[in-house]
Amino acid sequence: MNMTQAVQIITEHLVDELVIAANGRISREAFSLKDRAGNFYMIGSMGLASAIALGLALNRPERRVVILDGDGNLLMSLGILAQIGTLLPKNLIHIVLDNEVYGSTGNQPTISSHVRLEDVAKSSGYPDVVKVTEQEDLKAALKKYINTSGPSFILAKVKADNMAESLGRVTHSPVEIKERFMGSIMGEKQF
Amino acid sequence: MLRSDEFVMVLKNAGYDFFAGVPCSLISEVILTLEKDRDVSYVPAVREDVAVGLAAGAYLGGKTPCVLMQNSGLGQCLNALTSLNLIYKIPCLLIVTWRGYKGGDTPEHEVMGKASPRLLDSINLPHKTLTPKNAEKAVMWSHRIISKNKVPAALFVPKGVLK
Repeated sequence: MNMTQAVQIITEHLVDELVIAANGRISREAFSLKDRAGNFYMIGSMGLASAIALGLALNRPERRVVILDGDGNLLMSLGILAQIGTLLPKNLIHIVLDNEVYGSTGNQPTISSHVRLEDVAKSSGYPDVVKVTEQEDLKAALKKYINTSGPSFILAKVKADNMAESLGRVTHSPVEIKERFMGSIMGEKQF
Repeated sequence: MLRSDEFVMVLKNAGYDFFAGVPCSLISEVILTLEKDRDVSYVPAVREDVAVGLAAGAYLGGKTPCVLMQNSGLGQCLNALTSLNLIYKIPCLLIVTWRGYKGGDTPEHEVMGKASPRLLDSINLPHKTLTPKNAEKAVMWSHRIISKNKVPAALFVPKGVLK
């Protein structure tokens, strides 16, 4: 499976989840495939998608929070796995789209091919950890974990490709992204 | 000196209701007080920029966050502050202990001790220095910046201000 297929599958499984998308390729994919108010596109602050998601999940326990993380992002703040594995927010789903490269800077290799990220998550304390390589397995993992008590960790190995350049950037301004995202949380509260 | 529990009360009264940080001996009592407090949560972070990220998520979820750290962690946070907080207008209060204040500290604090305020000036991040007497005013000032301008504000805490 490639990155676009993986993000497409994840997008199809989303209902009202709040999504924090890592910078670069992942935010662009999520934006291009299906822009939604509940998506927070992180355009900078590499490494911190999971920290933002954790802060949100802890304070909005009634909402499901999904991290669309990348291998480069996760490796940059690997300590966050220990942080999540210690605090154990039940409403958090950590999906790592692992293409083993920095996709938006020219596919330079990360070191994720040498590191068993699923084992790091497991030993950090995530109760549910799964590694998938095929589309059907990703679908099954999402069906299983999206409605169960977490935090869960889905490592989706995806094939690197050269599609990053043809993807457009997120066209909303950072302030628009934030206001829309916060509006979607507040709007939900009224129901 | 200002009592740490009184300072925490000032922070809570101003509306700060989510705390994350990395400890420093100068605010060890503040962190202890926060950890015991049942009204607010304190999340110990693995690194200072992770604390800033946690605070950003808390803000998106409706909280008024505060991050505590030593000034040795400021550099660690620069990318988060510049490419997250300042451009998305995601505010938080930064309580930054000031090691190396006016010199006279261990070698590892010498350079950052001199550079700390200038570092924040260089990214236009407003800051004040806490004294035993200005706590309430300074915290209210930070809260005004946060609610009006929606950018982070920092309070430097030199040695001998909080007990």
